[in-house]
Amino acid sequence: MENRTFYNEILTSHNLRPLHKHDVPDANLELEGLNPSCGDHIILKLKVADGVVEDGGFVGSGCAISQASADMMLDLVIGQTEEEARRLADIFLRMIKGKVTEEELDELDEAAALQDVAHMPARVKCAVLGWHTMDEMLKDSLSGGDGGTQVSTETE
Amino acid sequence: MTSEERRIRADFPLLMSDSTAYLDNAATAQRPACVLDAQRDFYEHSNANPLRGLYGLSVAATDCYEQARETVRDFIHAASEREIIFTRNTSESLNLVAYSYGLSHLKTGDEILVSIMEHHSNLLPWQMVARQTGAELKFLECEPDGSLPRARLEAGFSPKTRLVAIGHVSNVLGRTAPVEEIVQMAHERGAVVVLDAAQSAPHMAIDVQALDVDFLAFSGHKLMGPMGIGVLYGKEALLEEMPPFLTGGEMIDSVTRTGATYAELPHKFEAGTVNAAGAVGLAAAIRYIQQVGFENMERRELALTRLAMDGLKQYPFVHVLGSDRPEEHCGIVTFTVDGVHPHDISAMLDSDGIAVRAGHHCAQPLMQYLGVWSTTRASLFFYNTEEEVRAFVESMGTVRRRMGYGE
Repeated sequence: MENRTFYNEILTSHNLRPLHKHDVPDANLELEGLNPSCGDHIILKLKVADGVVEDGGFVGSGCAISQASADMMLDLVIGQTEEEARRLADIFLRMIKGKVTEEELDELDEAAALQDVAHMPARVKCAVLGWHTMDEMLKDSLSGGDGGTQVSTETE
Repeated sequence: MTSEERRIRADFPLLMSDSTAYLDNAATAQRPACVLDAQRDFYEHSNANPLRGLYGLSVAATDCYEQARETVRDFIHAASEREIIFTRNTSESLNLVAYSYGLSHLKTGDEILVSIMEHHSNLLPWQMVARQTGAELKFLECEPDGSLPRARLEAGFSPKTRLVAIGHVSNVLGRTAPVEEIVQMAHERGAVVVLDAAQSAPHMAIDVQALDVDFLAFSGHKLMGPMGIGVLYGKEALLEEMPPFLTGGEMIDSVTRTGATYAELPHKFEAGTVNAAGAVGLAAAIRYIQQVGFENMERRELALTRLAMDGLKQYPFVHVLGSDRPEEHCGIVTFTVDGVHPHDISAMLDSDGIAVRAGHHCAQPLMQYLGVWSTTRASLFFYNTEEEVRAFVESMGTVRRRMGYGE
């Protein structure tokens, strides 16, 4: 019954009572992320100034894992530098692949609650949607380019 | 478990060894031992390349394969075994009709009519034909409960309708299409009818001559046969003048440097080494169905569907799609739950040992039409038990609480 514990209070409260599921009117970065086959969908907005993620939010709909994961991510990266946000995204994506150390796991704080997704292959793309979207957005921002307006976790 | 349930389930090795409540039968069925035995027996005692060799073993393989064709012909009451073509699955059967008949018969100004309920496999081939020929793709729009009353049919047909491709039973709503009426309206306008029987063939007797459909497609794996074997029925006169779909070995009479003459029906449409063991397994599945009897299967499926639908009714947050009547569901119960995503529902049910499908069910236009992005589907077959359905209903009562809603 591993799923019984998988839908734990951390996950369900981020899904039902997200702190960051709202518009960010003064955001300067925006990217849509979607999983066409399940219909998970978010629009992630960040306000980045002097290399620091000052504020962020998302709107969208989808399964609890996709929405809670995006909320947990924003908890973690708001106030961090872009490089730090991308480093945390890298840890999260490696956690989902089961390749992470205990110390790194601690750095993810509540997002570590999604560790067991590593054993649920069909749900991986739900869990990584927010992180992948942010990573693409910041990678693009740091390189000064325009990477488009939409990413999917299903094209890799 | 009732004694009838115990007796039926004893035929299925997986159901005996695995404790999962398997409620995803519309995706694929489980196989009885007789199907597995028939395939194994073919490979152990009759294996050679059929239709080719001049030695005893190849003749035996050919006999097994052609006997399987006769079993299929009899199952759907086709006039001739020349009208039964073995394919890989429903999708390949429908693509065969689209590429061979569709591309050679349709042109700009013609209309192809499909219903909004089609599985993608009975939609994408016709989108392709429309694109390549300039024909227009039109949609029959159903009522919210999946029914297609006369007025809806009349709105879809026009004097330009040349081909109607329709699912016999919707894989989402479980609703049976009014095939007789559609065939009559199509033939009055000189259009052919392609019936996608993937979801109906496992649940009801089909008589292609009584229905008078021009083409019919179904898969073996949904009616307890092996994966990788499917059937296309076509009226002989139509198949006769259609060009081959795939070309190569087995489907020729003679070949020169620059050309070829094609083999007789049905071999013209069966290029390459055929899936003889699959056909043999499918024939065994058909004999198994005939032994159990569609009337017994339907009786059990209806009772289970009623149990599921009545059970879900007690939850105000669960909304079953389609008709209110279990008789009009063909064992398929698709639903949404307020505030809980189908993928989360299926994950929670999985942790309770219950297998259901979640997502768009390869019918995205219907989902858009019904205004839902994705749904959860429990699909029942005669070998499911009341106990399994009760466990499913009970789990459904917990999903909102488990997602953190206070109730």
